[in-house]
Amino acid sequence: MSASTLDVKVTLNGRKVAARVPADQPLYDFVRAHGCKSVKCACETTNCGLCTVWLDGRAVLSCAVPMARADGHAITTLEGLREQSADFARCMAEEGAEQCGFCSPGLIMNVLAYEREVVASGAMPSDEELDRRLSGNLCRCSGYMGQRRALKRYLAARLEAAARPDAAKEA
Amino acid sequence: MSMIVTAPGSREGLAQVGAPAVKKDAAALLEGKPVFTDDLAPADALVVKILHSPHAFAKIRSIDTSRALKVPGVVAVYTYRDVPRRRFTLAGQSYPEASPYDRLILDEVVRYVGDEVAIVAAEDADAADRALRLIRVDYELMEPVLDFTEAIDNPSVIHAEDDYHVNGAWIRNDRMRNIVSSGLSEHGDLDAAFAASDVVLERTYHTLADAQAMMETFRAFTEIDAYGRLTVTSSTQVPFHVRRMVAGALDIPQARVRVVKPRIGGGFGAKQSGCVEIFTAFVTVMTGRPSKIVYTREETLTASNSRHEMQMRVRIGARRDGTILALDLHTLSNQGAYGEHGPTTVGLSGHKSLPLYNRVLASRFSFDVVYTNTMPAGAYRGYGATQGLFAVESAVNELADELRMDPCEIRLKNLVREGEVMPQYYDNTLYSCSAATCLTRAMEMIGWEGKELRRDMGDRVRGLGVALSMQGSAIAGIDIASVDLRLEESGFYTLSIGATDMGTGCDTVLAQFAAEALGCDLDRIVVHGVDTDVSPFDTGSYASASTYLTGMAVVKAAEQLIARLRAEAARLLGADARDVSFEGDVLRAYPAGVLGDDGALPPEFSAIDDDVEAIARPYRLVRVAPEAEPVGEISLRELADRLVAGGDGDCLTAHAAASSPTSPPPFMSGIAEVDVDKATGEVTVVDYVSVVDCGTVVNANLARVQAEGGIAQGIGMALTEDVQYDGRGRMRTRSFMTYKVPTRLDIPQVRVEFAPSYEPTGPFGAKSIGEVVINTPSPAIASAVAHATGNYVRTLPITPEKALYGE
Amino acid sequence: MLRFDNYVRPVNTAEALEVLRYRRGAKVVGGGMWMRLSSRTVPCVVDLSDCGLGSIAETDDAFEIGAMASLRDLETHRALNEATGGILERAVRDIVGSQFRELATVGGSVYGRFGFSDVLCALLALDADVVLTGAGRMPLARFCEQGYEKDILERVVVAKRDYRAAYACMRRAATDLPTLNVAAAYWNGDWHVAVGARPARARLLLGSELGLFGPEPSAAKLLNAARVLRGLTFSSNMWGSARYRRHLAGALGIRAVCEAAGMPVPEACAPALAPADEEVSA
Repeated sequence: MSASTLDVKVTLNGRKVAARVPADQPLYDFVRAHGCKSVKCACETTNCGLCTVWLDGRAVLSCAVPMARADGHAITTLEGLREQSADFARCMAEEGAEQCGFCSPGLIMNVLAYEREVVASGAMPSDEELDRRLSGNLCRCSGYMGQRRALKRYLAARLEAAARPDAAKEA
Repeated sequence: MSMIVTAPGSREGLAQVGAPAVKKDAAALLEGKPVFTDDLAPADALVVKILHSPHAFAKIRSIDTSRALKVPGVVAVYTYRDVPRRRFTLAGQSYPEASPYDRLILDEVVRYVGDEVAIVAAEDADAADRALRLIRVDYELMEPVLDFTEAIDNPSVIHAEDDYHVNGAWIRNDRMRNIVSSGLSEHGDLDAAFAASDVVLERTYHTLADAQAMMETFRAFTEIDAYGRLTVTSSTQVPFHVRRMVAGALDIPQARVRVVKPRIGGGFGAKQSGCVEIFTAFVTVMTGRPSKIVYTREETLTASNSRHEMQMRVRIGARRDGTILALDLHTLSNQGAYGEHGPTTVGLSGHKSLPLYNRVLASRFSFDVVYTNTMPAGAYRGYGATQGLFAVESAVNELADELRMDPCEIRLKNLVREGEVMPQYYDNTLYSCSAATCLTRAMEMIGWEGKELRRDMGDRVRGLGVALSMQGSAIAGIDIASVDLRLEESGFYTLSIGATDMGTGCDTVLAQFAAEALGCDLDRIVVHGVDTDVSPFDTGSYASASTYLTGMAVVKAAEQLIARLRAEAARLLGADARDVSFEGDVLRAYPAGVLGDDGALPPEFSAIDDDVEAIARPYRLVRVAPEAEPVGEISLRELADRLVAGGDGDCLTAHAAASSPTSPPPFMSGIAEVDVDKATGEVTVVDYVSVVDCGTVVNANLARVQAEGGIAQGIGMALTEDVQYDGRGRMRTRSFMTYKVPTRLDIPQVRVEFAPSYEPTGPFGAKSIGEVVINTPSPAIASAVAHATGNYVRTLPITPEKALYGE
Repeated sequence: MLRFDNYVRPVNTAEALEVLRYRRGAKVVGGGMWMRLSSRTVPCVVDLSDCGLGSIAETDDAFEIGAMASLRDLETHRALNEATGGILERAVRDIVGSQFRELATVGGSVYGRFGFSDVLCALLALDADVVLTGAGRMPLARFCEQGYEKDILERVVVAKRDYRAAYACMRRAATDLPTLNVAAAYWNGDWHVAVGARPARARLLLGSELGLFGPEPSAAKLLNAARVLRGLTFSSNMWGSARYRRHLAGALGIRAVCEAAGMPVPEACAPALAPADEEVSA
């Protein structure tokens, strides 16, 4: 038997969306059905991190959030962060670290959530700290080194911009 | 036969080749654009799901699909009674395939846990899932063959069907004995060489059926187009082979099938077999409706294909001074239930490992490939070489330890060098090789001279280990790549290729070759995905072929296009084509004789044996303007516009194909520095350095990421990827919870450099890089662990438990 | 996928308990992370999201960890971690990834009482209490010995004590499930050592059972404690053999106790850390 249906209202990338959905529909299926195809899936066991979206600004696995729980919350996918993600995307591209690109959106979502913490702390994390924070994002192509190079370059620029807000505007 | 001199000078002045160009699809991928197969599937496509066998070996007595068909939304349920009875192979290989025709879309006999029993097509996934649970199958169980060392002459014959077919006698198939293929390759007097050895070691090594584990699982969708033809959009490395496979399986003409390859979320060889296209194609042909199939991770791990599990016995003989005299390798390869890539992968375990020590007095390579009732093996990056190199490089490491020699020193003493003829490599000559530099540079990077092989760090022990690797660049004489290159209005170029970028960046790399040859910016070269209706034929992206082989086709097409550009410019300028020089943005006519050009195209290198000077070509196609004053000129833009303006115009297209008589090996060194926890056996690769000889580095970034990614996969193979089956043949590692691909925490540091040789048969001196880079971690790490603990772990992966206790 | 037919979100735990007791097939969902691995459809899911259990509160004498607080909350709660030797952060940081830990709940981990649980192991060593709607407050150790009753876990209470604590585990890969985990904590002269992933549910052993007394146990006492830890029951599964786990229990036990005590592992303990000793005794 299929689950009871539910009328949900969410804010998806800043837009209000109302829909009748099965209560147990994963948020992953919902966002893809609503055109957010950047959100990918590579496992069924919450191990891969490709389906990472923001739920009220926290990076979470959309495969593990039933719509009954997403109801009333703000959801953000990469589609809603085109401008905000552009600088990190460029750093990735300049390293060739995206490779097949299938895992990139999930990584970017986690990185942009992490960035807020890093900028707030004002200090560049160690390699191990970076790896630990992003360990839930699998990648089979890159071996992670290029992603790390891109991330360090990006965070260094963000930290510098945060320290010198005027200089950032000029750039 | 002249010795080859590495010619770095040939690379001077290159503008595009070597640059760290950003991938042409990077922006779309990083913005998360809908460019992958499932993003593009029609919303009304039927959902196709498969019922997989719960038994390792059984005959279907009966199937009752009536209850499944009653589920609302279920459109069709197909069983073996519904499918064409024509056997085929899912191996993406050139016709006639080297793999046996041992499959049907659905068969009455199921041969492994995961084998396909029924196809369900429904309006949505829920209905399909419910239908799967309602299909009743009565199986007659048969005794499975689960241990591949007991497959030969086992009372259970896995492929006893009458209509089994093998395409060549060279395969030496003996399927009634469960032998897919066997073979032997000998050089020199082996007994004499061992007799002359002071030390002889015999060791047995075992590698598992690792999963390629690309992030995008298998998937495809199919639809009937306006012409009544079947269009298959698939995440595949081999669109042209999929066309043949689908047509063969469905018993329809190839002319009715079109295959489209969009962006691919990784392949690593997995998608060199056609795991799912036949099912959705069958549904669409039967129902007339679009349909799609997306395999779960569990299906991808348990019901597709993997690396061939191999057991390798190595005998190695050497003099006391470390001169290796004899090598004897026997490989037993576990094919699993169906024969994809069996006869070919096994060859690489010997032919891509033994030539590293090419100067031995004698060598022997023999093999058997056997059927078992486990998941079929297929292609995985390294394709047998990975397994063979684990065995041979480990044996060399054990030999060095036995002789108390430095493992780098023993390699430098015995290593193959440029100019040698390689008896275990089809008697090919090694035109380019900087393997020794790869090793010495890696030693510098890790600080080899200042470090002991074993260092006590308190609660841990630190060990060093080394290995070398080689691979090929395309399959000699079999792979073929063709490209179309077109000058378009306003002076840009369209580069059509059949090679399949699966995230590796070959679209970009091939465009870099074109831009270099045509003297323009990368932005002026347009590339796109593959469509078998419009893309020129290419065997596909596997066997490390794309950069080397399709790259050569690009260069040849550019040569031809430039010749035609010169001819057209000459016509418009009233000059002889031999006096017109192509200078990138402009073509200029000079007084007769100034250019000294006889107008001849370079020779077809594939037709030349041994004469390497004749093979090497002047890749610099764009002329530097001579001293003399031109007598006329026309810009490329004007020429392009004039050519499409009617009248005597001709939209210029050049087509070229490349095939290679040789498969030049790239080389790679790897040195692992590992910490082993004394109490737990936990192994941490604290540093991994590697130096790669891929010939000319075409894209500095993409080459580096290829190497880093290959090494990370190799580290996974060495340490964490532990395929396990239960006693009834059911795979226990069915998800990423239990099949552990490395996370970034498992790969603390990888450092890569290049030592480019110059390959005269390759485009701008390039060889391949995609596969060679996965081969060193297993033997290097195993040796580092042995140095740290005294335990030689010869069965991968090196789990903490094995590192602690030994095997 | 976590599949369910019906979904209720009560506004307090009393109401939740009603649903749980009287509605057929009702199950409380925490983060739903492990539940979704099962292919079963749950007839009725009870979501405690609106029961006000989502935070970690600090009182004068304890930290009250709401059942719906996420593992990420547990990991990043500075005061709680400073008060407990950082072992909660240490225990959860290897669990899959930060996005997983944002969703997984403390209540789900504790109520589930999974053998491999890192959270359970660490909280056991801290001798935490659980508060259940209906059944009331009880020590976590006792809760661990019980079966799965129809209870609503409201919160976990970690008393403020002068903890010296450490956590040690062995994983085949960085974010894999643990092959074995050990947490050790010391306060007021008493040692508490929990051993989990045997692979059975974690067991808490007290200093008196282990022969461990005082803030800096001697090598002889440590060796004896290791012997007791190795005497627990162990079995084999995909993550490791019983033999290996038995060895790890002793070796990691000594390490965790020494780290908690803030002292190096005494030289004389080397035999318990080396595997050769194990093979003889096993």
